[in-house]
Amino acid sequence: MLPTRKCLAAMAGFLLGTCAVLPAQADSANEQFISVLSFRVGPYGPAGTGIFGGFLDYLSYVDLKDGGVGGVKLTWEECETEYQAAKGVECYERLKTKSPSHGTMIHPVSTPISYALLEKTLADKVPLVMTGYGRTDAVDGRYFPWAFPLVTTYPMQSTAIVSFIAQKEKRDLKGKKIAYVYLDSAYGKENIRYLQAEAKTFGFELSLHPIAPPGNEQGAQWQEVRQSRADWVILWGFGVMNPTAMKAAAKVGFPRDHMIGSWWAGSEEDTVPAGDAAKGYLAATMTMPGKSALSNDVEKVVYGAGKGNLPDKTRIASVNHNRGLVIGLITVEAIRTAQKKFGKRPVTGEEVRWALEHLDIGEARLKELGAAGLMPAVKTSCLDHEGSGKIKIQQWDGTRWTLVSDWIEGNRALVHPLLEESAAAYAKEKGITPRDCSKES
Amino acid sequence: MQFFLEVLIGGLLSGVMYSLVALGFVLIYKASGVFNFAQGAMVYFAALSFVGILGLGVPFGLAVLLAFGAMVVLGVATERFVLRKLVNQPPISLFMATIGLAFFLEGLGPFLWGNETREVKLGIADEPIAILLERYNLSVSQFDLMAALVCGVLVAALALFFQHTRIGRALRAVADDHQAALSVGIPLQTIWMIVWAVAGFVALVAGLLWGARNGVSASLVLVVLKALPVLILGGFTSVPGAIVGGLIVGSTEKLAEVYLGHYVGGGIEGWFPYVLALLFLLVRPEGLFGEKHIDRV
Repeated sequence: MLPTRKCLAAMAGFLLGTCAVLPAQADSANEQFISVLSFRVGPYGPAGTGIFGGFLDYLSYVDLKDGGVGGVKLTWEECETEYQAAKGVECYERLKTKSPSHGTMIHPVSTPISYALLEKTLADKVPLVMTGYGRTDAVDGRYFPWAFPLVTTYPMQSTAIVSFIAQKEKRDLKGKKIAYVYLDSAYGKENIRYLQAEAKTFGFELSLHPIAPPGNEQGAQWQEVRQSRADWVILWGFGVMNPTAMKAAAKVGFPRDHMIGSWWAGSEEDTVPAGDAAKGYLAATMTMPGKSALSNDVEKVVYGAGKGNLPDKTRIASVNHNRGLVIGLITVEAIRTAQKKFGKRPVTGEEVRWALEHLDIGEARLKELGAAGLMPAVKTSCLDHEGSGKIKIQQWDGTRWTLVSDWIEGNRALVHPLLEESAAAYAKEKGITPRDCSKES
Repeated sequence: MQFFLEVLIGGLLSGVMYSLVALGFVLIYKASGVFNFAQGAMVYFAALSFVGILGLGVPFGLAVLLAFGAMVVLGVATERFVLRKLVNQPPISLFMATIGLAFFLEGLGPFLWGNETREVKLGIADEPIAILLERYNLSVSQFDLMAALVCGVLVAALALFFQHTRIGRALRAVADDHQAALSVGIPLQTIWMIVWAVAGFVALVAGLLWGARNGVSASLVLVVLKALPVLILGGFTSVPGAIVGGLIVGSTEKLAEVYLGHYVGGGIEGWFPYVLALLFLLVRPEGLFGEKHIDRV
């Protein structure tokens, strides 16, 4: 029998785990406090532990290696959201009172939480940073000055995937059949209009296969995919939906090397549970798989000092850990850019917003940081809060991800005007007067 | 016709997987009259314990036995620390206790074994049966067929256990009235321990099969969403009802998704079984095989 004491210890451990609080310190004269809204428990916890492990590892790395940014020490507090919008809002409200900068910037790492915080962060003057997710029409900074869907958006990603398929089909998609298997939520539905526009332009046939959340049952949809004799499948899944999709594809004999997932469907946490069914599966990524000079140095400096965030060191440089490193890198570069303009001191939310609109993380800078190839170069402006729009395609070989493409840019000419249209409609509904970007310094 | 058959067979086999989860609910309900909110968490905890033990280098068969042992311990501990004080309390108190148990198990599992998503290999390929595919162009998974067989054996064993053993009859007596059962000498505590241990075993089997299909992660808890309409259709107290309910839910949701889904934007298999179950409640509130509840006034 499990001893009572162990049960109590387990319960205490669970309670501590759900609180997941790291050293909490408010901004002082020489500290920059960062609110961290994380999800480490619940159905999406396995991905969250990797992402937030990487994010916090990078912040620790900067503190340990450089003594902070420009002599300003980074501090943070973590709050568990379980990926739920209500808890995300509660965490945001709690942490924003901890520092004059209201937490410097917010990375919700969740589209539902991003939407829930859109107006709150605007009112509180806190930049909302959504690296590869969130409200996509916020790429237009005239209408969304405080929101930054950085690096890539869902429509840019899906059109880049179509571009990869076109490469594989010798640039001729006429008569080809592409099945879009997606989580039946805003995340999955958003792409439909862009893919339909691409189908019209390139002449391929698009079939839609929504999967009811959470996606643990997909038999009927994959039988439809088989029946339609699709040439390619674009998978827009999350969590349990991804390994289930790979298994279901194997069950109907659909080749996994013709199945391309979004970046939310392209980590070890998605493929390992699917076992052999995942072999050959492809996925988009905005952060590179595997070790880099940066991840090696993080391991040496942070884990060497016994301050690493991942209990299991084998997860260092996993896809989700690398995503976390990139989120940390963007955070630090934004603070550094703000300090260059406003002085080496703790910066305010408004100053960080300016910096996020003037980010210039080019290839040379990435090389300096040991992150060459880890992420695409990012250059933002008032008109472009995305700053890149590029992804690569990676393939799972049964044990690890390897890259099978160079950077591919989404169909900017198609996507950005539609995003602008959507942003203008939102502004009209909310009575927002767009900024004149030509007057922004 | 071939496609219709394929969808129908796929749906029936999925339904068997739902039945497996529903069985755990039925067992607890039969013995205590309580809806066990923690059944999904038990499925997750059982599967996680199994992969955790396997990860320590323990052979497969022994890992199954040890995971079953963990579920027996859990059953005994549940009776001792959760249920014993609640004898003769209103069913809602017992139900609330199972909610607490669910949250506890969802935290205890990852605390003991970590929260990484893991694979379960049962040695049965989840691929179409070649002969059916070649001769009839029918895609039927051998894994699903094996799961149906396992479920059939479990149901037969449980039905025999409930109908033809002393403990089975005692379980039914306890479900009817705790106090009356105690007054005729039925050891309520032992009965509850046994039934929670058996429900733990069913959770382990369900966890292994669902884990092999979707991976072992906290999402396993959500498989109960598929079991609830099965219970409404089949009745909360009937083991065969869980099977028939599962077959109805599995087949109709798949056929509805394929043939009706397009008219309403698709993705309907999440809610369709609930609509079906609600309609069914209007006609037969106790479910297909449920016991009619009669109160003397």
